[in-house]
Amino acid sequence: MSLLSIEGLGISFGGLKAVSDVSFGVKPGEIVSVIGPNGAGKTTLFNMISGVYRPEFGKVILNGEDVTALSPHLLARRGMCRTFQNLQVFQSMTVLENTIAGYHLQESGSVLADILNLPASRRRAKEAEAGARALLKRVGLERAAEREAGSLSYGSLKRLEIARAMALKPKVLLLDEPAAGCNAVETEEIDHLIAEIAASGVAILLVEHDMKMVMRISNHIVVLDHGEKIAEGDPAAVSRNPAVIAAYLGAENAAG
Amino acid sequence: MRLTTKSATLLALVILIALSPVFFPSGFYYRVGALIFVNALAVTGIVILTGWAGQISLGHAGFAGIGAYACALAPIHWGIHPALAVLLGAVVSAVLAWLVGRPILRLKGYYLAVASLGMGILISMVLNNERALTRGPDGIDVPELGLRGVLKTAGLDLSNGQFWYFFCGIVLILGTWLALNLRDSATGRALRALHGSEVAAKTVGMDVTKLKLQAFVISAVYASISGSLLALQNKFITPDVAGFMHSVEMVTMAVLGGVSSVAGAIFGAAVLTLLPQVLTVFAEYEQLVLGAIMVLVMIFLREGVVPSILRKFRGRDE
Repeated sequence: MSLLSIEGLGISFGGLKAVSDVSFGVKPGEIVSVIGPNGAGKTTLFNMISGVYRPEFGKVILNGEDVTALSPHLLARRGMCRTFQNLQVFQSMTVLENTIAGYHLQESGSVLADILNLPASRRRAKEAEAGARALLKRVGLERAAEREAGSLSYGSLKRLEIARAMALKPKVLLLDEPAAGCNAVETEEIDHLIAEIAASGVAILLVEHDMKMVMRISNHIVVLDHGEKIAEGDPAAVSRNPAVIAAYLGAENAAG
Repeated sequence: MRLTTKSATLLALVILIALSPVFFPSGFYYRVGALIFVNALAVTGIVILTGWAGQISLGHAGFAGIGAYACALAPIHWGIHPALAVLLGAVVSAVLAWLVGRPILRLKGYYLAVASLGMGILISMVLNNERALTRGPDGIDVPELGLRGVLKTAGLDLSNGQFWYFFCGIVLILGTWLALNLRDSATGRALRALHGSEVAAKTVGMDVTKLKLQAFVISAVYASISGSLLALQNKFITPDVAGFMHSVEMVTMAVLGGVSSVAGAIFGAAVLTLLPQVLTVFAEYEQLVLGAIMVLVMIFLREGVVPSILRKFRGRDE
């Protein structure tokens, strides 16, 4: 039984079909990757699933509930969180504060308690901070905790975003090109991190350009081209699929 | 480290307020000091709204007007004690901010600036034109708060200037403490987060509309209490308190000192309250000097004076 089901999702921009009729599912502990050439509609698909765009067709089912086009903050409450291809980090806040922000749903209480610095508010903040420090340690950023996020390297920011998303203890985690712009060492670190998160039972949906990484860690791959699903299956099957080869290398090189 | 920033700001403020009178050449400066504190209180609200939540209001003087006229009208018309009138003004301001902000803050962008501008102008027009209630543009007397008399019978005899200096100073310390509490709490962190990246704030579960609304309501209460204190110490108030120029003044003070820093808000309020007193000799050039200061700050110290200086010091430490 899939934790996250995508059923016939489609959207068009100005008459142009960006994504049409895409369906697949993600089970707990499974890593599903969406791949495809540039402009295939991967990020658009991601934005629909995560509530940034409202799909024209189809449904997103999370844990048996129809969550299509629900606002991202309501999806977060239901256990879905994402990271962004073009980093979305709170630049002027510290690394620690960025991670604590991920605890918002667990941490936030009455504003009045916050303004008056009541013990309840302090206790919530303290718990969130302890959790955040543990997470930073897990992603290897504990020594940068007090630094302003804007001063971190690109690879570190990618890990910071993952730490912030993990703070929500999501059931479904959407990662949009987590290794983009990272060097080989950083990519491998992120690799391990993702595998670890999946092993703890989180359903992971991944969009990634680094084919080596995709082939290495995915349980299941969905291939998009021109907004349509052209193939899906395990890494070995997908890499042999003639339609996939055609999409990546051009039709004239393919057998069929 | 954060905690020390908070305590350092509060400690510096307490020392400044307690020791400044030693250097006052005349009693007049108590009044200037009280004015600085009143303005700094309103600007602290702007820091919460603009510096942290990233929302701009061009009508905050409207809330100051509500706070001020609550102290004038409630005692006369309904026999409410001026101290309770301050609370009444704050409640009315909060409710109005909620009503105006709720539909507007759902929208992305600077719609709040336009809506609050309109709201401020409306409040100012009502105060000017409802002569039967407010006595119009000539202004209206405000009754005595009465606390000074109570202190006198308790053996603490302060001049009028001294009383308002210390009273407004204490309220400012309180307001600063509350704002700094908020800054490092879940709510304050969320406000600063949504300012940094609204889409990321949403993905971690923050209800950004609700958070912006909370910031708007809180800052309205700050402005309202600032207006009340102004009316009570002057014992007289005109609709100018709600005027557009007063709103612009609040934003300018915040930007000058550093819009995301409470210490900066107090600094900005101090400079722009003192400036007209210093420049009385060439009063005609006051606006000119003000404009020049703003341009220079925008070019050389875009974060505002206080954060820029702090950054210089921190940079040297590392």
